[in-house]
Amino acid sequence: MHEMGICQSILDASFEAAEAEGATRIKEIRISVGELTEVVDFALQFAFESLSPGTLAEGGKLVVNRIPAKSRCPSCGTEFEHDRFETTCPECGNPFNENIAGRELLIDSVDVEKDD
Amino acid sequence: MEIDLSKPILDRNERLAEENRRVFDEKGVFVLDLMASPGAGKTSTILATIDALRDRYGIAVIEGDIASKVDAEKISAHGIPAVQINTGGACHLESDMIQRAISALDLDEIDLLIIENVGNLVCPTEFNLGENAKVMILSVPEGHDKPYKYPNIFEISEAVILNKYDTVSVFDFDEDDFRSVVGKLNPRAPIFPISATKGDGVSAWTEWLAGRIDAARASAEEV
Repeated sequence: MHEMGICQSILDASFEAAEAEGATRIKEIRISVGELTEVVDFALQFAFESLSPGTLAEGGKLVVNRIPAKSRCPSCGTEFEHDRFETTCPECGNPFNENIAGRELLIDSVDVEKDD
Repeated sequence: MEIDLSKPILDRNERLAEENRRVFDEKGVFVLDLMASPGAGKTSTILATIDALRDRYGIAVIEGDIASKVDAEKISAHGIPAVQINTGGACHLESDMIQRAISALDLDEIDLLIIENVGNLVCPTEFNLGENAKVMILSVPEGHDKPYKYPNIFEISEAVILNKYDTVSVFDFDEDDFRSVVGKLNPRAPIFPISATKGDGVSAWTEWLAGRIDAARASAEEV
């Protein structure tokens, strides 16, 4: 259940950004989570529902963009998407490839409202 | 109104990890983050590692547990400085905890700092602590199928220790299957079968570790 700590970090960064803009409400927080992380959407949403009430994010949404795993083959230069267990280069069969996507844990943007 | 942030969710931990890294580099300390399930033999492996390397390197240990001081006491009884971190329920260590723990250590006397993470195969994987290497232990009784169930820890570890190897025939552990799936998840990671309490296989692991420590030192001297 490290999602609780991850969600708190998401909220802290969102509050900081929202307060800097003088926002009164956070409508939506957009994050990107790579397929190679072990961060579970359900647990993140549960954490968001538990941690957001009474804050600027109360009633807001957490939108998760999942990013597929991708590697680059250093021998032939091919970039390819793959699952966890089959990371061999599909072009030349090299098993030692450089991961270039799928480990993301990023906060992309925060959609806020201001009182005029 | 949309505010673009585009930053790591664990930004604060990453920044503190970099600060730790700078301190360790400055003091010439090689840091190992050792991860495993509860009961896999982290503390026994650390004790065996200490016995093998204590004549060559100054060693200290940070023990991460939810509660109690039992592990730090075991290490201290071995004559090695040990700091216990109690996370009070948290399932992994974070960089700020390490920052507090190292204030209790004399880093000038330390070449190798071993961090025993909280027993868990999932959560410690996402948190950098400022270490040079993450290494994991799987123990034979846990079963050869664990890499299918907890792939991330096998992917990010630079080496995999297979502990309690003396029980391999008792537990119906399919070593070929284990090696094959670890090889797919992380083709570069060496696998070290050991029996930490009996000492079998430990030297292959500790020589690998010594090689990493010496290589880190050599590259620091070049700078």
